[in-house]
Amino acid sequence: MARVVVDVMLKPEILDPQGRAVQGALGRLGFTGVTDVRQGKQFVIEVEGEITDERREQLHVIAGELLCNPVIEDFILIVEEDQ
Amino acid sequence: MRIGVVTFPGSLDDRDAARAVRLAGGEAVALWHGDADLKKVDAVILPGGFSYGDYLRCGAISRFAPVMAEVVAAANGGLPVLGICNGFQILCESHLLPGALTRNEHMHFICRDQKLRIEDNTSAWTNSYDAGQEIVVPLKNGEGCFVADTAVLDELEGESRVIARYLDVNPNGSLRDIAGIRNKRGNVVGLMPHPEHAVEELTGPTIDGLGFFTSVLNSMVNS
Repeated sequence: MARVVVDVMLKPEILDPQGRAVQGALGRLGFTGVTDVRQGKQFVIEVEGEITDERREQLHVIAGELLCNPVIEDFILIVEEDQ
Repeated sequence: MRIGVVTFPGSLDDRDAARAVRLAGGEAVALWHGDADLKKVDAVILPGGFSYGDYLRCGAISRFAPVMAEVVAAANGGLPVLGICNGFQILCESHLLPGALTRNEHMHFICRDQKLRIEDNTSAWTNSYDAGQEIVVPLKNGEGCFVADTAVLDELEGESRVIARYLDVNPNGSLRDIAGIRNKRGNVVGLMPHPEHAVEELTGPTIDGLGFFTSVLNSMVNS
């Protein structure tokens, strides 16, 4: 079994009101020096068997077509094998 | 004239959209997200609401509903399709329209009567209006901020594909005050405000929204 982690983040040029709200809250709580906060999503996926090239390609399709909207988001896919 | 209205799990405005169709003089046909069947309708409306609870992203899961494969194929063949609010989000996720709808710039859910200017009256859903006509219809969204890269925005403007723009107040931070857009052919339109809530004096702020529904009936008569 393998575990696959996909991180999805808004592209840098896309406004992130949630991240901005978190940054504002940090300032109000007295945490100084935080210059930017961006909020994203993390998906943890478990798959059967080993990660073959075919499986890896399939995971990229899942990440690129469902988990992220390529118009506004980028993703990073990390495979953690043999947990 | 049979106009289909799709119900997804979490759709809210399917009944109002069907009512608007009937008030405009059409026959409303209920379509179901799980059926890959458009029941031979002459046009389709994807209504507002929170399909699939807006999980993942607004419209991201609805895009893969069995009915949507039929809608996408038919839209590419010229069938008139109107996406209102969540329906607009579904059209963007389906790549029938460019850009994306993201969280309102100020984070607040907005519910107000919104003034719009109809910028393009050549589409299947706006031909009842005069170009430049100002209308007031309800707006209610939390993720209605239209974004696209500059090249896409310039292309939309250059091809007169911005069909409506916010006037007086930009309620959600949408780039270039864009409230609605169309595809090149003009059969597919996405709109964030809700014309189906402005079709009767008893319940709406105006009856300005009725034009979207009479437009599609006109376009079918003329085609």
